[in-house]
Amino acid sequence: MSARAPEELRAAARREWERIQALPPPLKPRDRLAIPPQEMPAQDPLARARNMNEVATGYSEEQARVEAARCLQCKNAPCVEGCPVRIRIPQFIAALAEGDPATAIGIIKETSLLPAVCGRVCPQETQCQAPCTVGKSLKSVDQAVAIGRLERYAADWERANGAAALPPVAPPTGKKVAVVGSGPAGITVAADVRRAGHEVVLFEAFHKAGGVLVYGIPEFRLPKAIVRAELDTLQKMGVEIRTNFVVGRTRKITSLIEKDGFDAVFVGSGAGLPKFMNIEGENLVGVYSANEYLTRSNLMKAYDRERAVTPIHAAQRVAVLGGGNVAMDAARTALRLGAKEVHLIYRRTEVEMPARVEEVAHAKEEGVQFHMLQNAKRILGEGGKVTGIECLRYELGEPDASGRRRPVEITGSEFQMGMDAVIVAIGNESNPLIEQTTPGLEVDKWGHIVTDENGQTSLPRVFAGGDIVLGAATVILAMGEGRRAAAAINAMLAG
Amino acid sequence: MNRILAKEALSAEVFRIRVEAPLIAEERQPGQFIILQLDTEFGERIPLTIADADPAEGSITLIFQAVGKSTRQLAKMAVGDSIANLVGPLGRPTHLDAFGAVVCVGGGIGVAPLYPIAQGMKKAGNRLVVVIGARTKELVILEEEMRAIADEVIVCTDDGSYGRKDLVTAPLKELCARDPKPDLAVAIGPPVMMKFCAEATRPFGVPTVVSLNTIMIDGTGMCGGCRVSVGGQTKFVCVDGPEFDGHQVDFDQMIQRLGSYRAQEKLAAEGCNLHDEAVRKGLRE
Repeated sequence: MSARAPEELRAAARREWERIQALPPPLKPRDRLAIPPQEMPAQDPLARARNMNEVATGYSEEQARVEAARCLQCKNAPCVEGCPVRIRIPQFIAALAEGDPATAIGIIKETSLLPAVCGRVCPQETQCQAPCTVGKSLKSVDQAVAIGRLERYAADWERANGAAALPPVAPPTGKKVAVVGSGPAGITVAADVRRAGHEVVLFEAFHKAGGVLVYGIPEFRLPKAIVRAELDTLQKMGVEIRTNFVVGRTRKITSLIEKDGFDAVFVGSGAGLPKFMNIEGENLVGVYSANEYLTRSNLMKAYDRERAVTPIHAAQRVAVLGGGNVAMDAARTALRLGAKEVHLIYRRTEVEMPARVEEVAHAKEEGVQFHMLQNAKRILGEGGKVTGIECLRYELGEPDASGRRRPVEITGSEFQMGMDAVIVAIGNESNPLIEQTTPGLEVDKWGHIVTDENGQTSLPRVFAGGDIVLGAATVILAMGEGRRAAAAINAMLAG
Repeated sequence: MNRILAKEALSAEVFRIRVEAPLIAEERQPGQFIILQLDTEFGERIPLTIADADPAEGSITLIFQAVGKSTRQLAKMAVGDSIANLVGPLGRPTHLDAFGAVVCVGGGIGVAPLYPIAQGMKKAGNRLVVVIGARTKELVILEEEMRAIADEVIVCTDDGSYGRKDLVTAPLKELCARDPKPDLAVAIGPPVMMKFCAEATRPFGVPTVVSLNTIMIDGTGMCGGCRVSVGGQTKFVCVDGPEFDGHQVDFDQMIQRLGSYRAQEKLAAEGCNLHDEAVRKGLRE
């Protein structure tokens, strides 16, 4: 996230590293707090808004060591408390400061299975970096130690150097576990259960494994080669990946257990059905759910107009409805697909936006136009196609149940904007497929599978985790749930 | 996996293939469909309804019309070739029951998905009348198969080259006017045909089921690209359907949505034509 060129950042880091080396050791907290935070090098905003390559290009070695030197090595490690999987953060950062990325990645991998992914997509500013003492001392979470970027650096170093050791797999137990869904939760469970020596089959409905990491998060934010490398590791460990397999349809969960001999099943089938706003014009040609828009572009590679068979609208003026990370991904994808203008419409203000600050900043740098305190009232069309959108203006009223101030519409404030595509990015409802085809599986009123703290569902031998349990969550939370469920499955199968 | 076991041209552009798919063959029920893709990196996902299945052989039968880029490519594949990706069975199965008298109306390629439903209706104890419609004689498919299970079969062609020179709505109206009228109609075919079948039965109050084949990506509810308006409510064809009450479906909207990518599809198909032309002239492999 920097306007400064990567070479400039690297040179500055080199000078800073020499300055730090010249200080009398050991560094005092005062010295560490004086080290400037290292910005993430990134592609030029206008250039990147027209290509699919990764936006943030990653720290150089000097930048990583300088940033790592900012860590105060707090004894109480508040950052660890902020991490959903409790990575030993000060220890891995100390190893990086010493120029030992191999040790650093080893420490991270004790608890996290997907550091190259989490280093890129975790909301660190609300997790590990929120309670960071450095950030608190400098009175801004933006000044906290860049734990996520350092995690990414360590993981990328490992991949670039071919240093990834295959996790050891215990001798065969003769037990078999089915993992349903190959997103973050499923990958985690597959790895942890396989390590205990159980046979694992990872089922995926799509033709490619990876779940939301592949169909949802765009290439420019998470290169697919990284996801592929994680899945390759699973396969090398002996996990069988079966694509084109819809559990619930191709085979029911009960059949997996009763007919196919699986001793346990983990359901990590993810977020399900896209929500629409239920406004006039929503079924016009040119209106997409963010899921559809992103899947066409990411999984089906519609952005590659030369080679991909799957089409996507070449829209010039695109409206994106919503304020989460998915809305940012959709808006930025629209730019990359050639839109001249992308308008992001959100009914609250930027403060209430659920998207990560970094994603919002990236979107703005690239030219996405933000319209706060507005909401679509209806979508306008002609001949069945989108021609525009009618919005209402809002103001903030009293706080609602979520603690955020409720947006209240301003009567008579309607106005129209011309558009040729509208992307609805307001979240998902849970997919009823597994529930409908699995008698006795308890779900709550939103259709999320009910589990105990170990991921155990109402059915024996059936566990669940990730978005199908939590609703909309993050990669790291799905991974955390996966780890707990895997531990419970391993314990059950050992007993 | 997904090997083509048999292939037969039913007409110049309609093909029947039997594909190795043991799990789908075992689980599928009438009314369900599959999604296939011919290239994992760049192929498109296309939904096709299952025409038949043989659990003993572990195969399913697909009937398709080579009209788009992928279906043309599929038509060129030979016995022994494998389809890169094949997933299913998807969608809710047909509600089969002893309704009494059932009229099954199939138009063009729609006769293919209609066949297992007609079979199921007969097996459930219904008196079965089948109406088959096609543009011209050579596009009439599955007539033999239907005659083998139905109590009565009526064939119509648009040009009168075979059977009655009529649209399927004409015999459908006559059947509805009989006493007793049919207890249920099932219509599958081009959207316009299903629309007019629903209009034909509406005045007689004959419940009419239609099976929709919309644009889809995942087929499991995730993308919402297949959405249609049914009775004023948005429904997903892949998980709520593919069968709906024909009297409630907003066909005009559905037809518009099916045309979402007509320009791109035309370009892709023209690309195929150019390619075929080049091959014929020996300019390309």
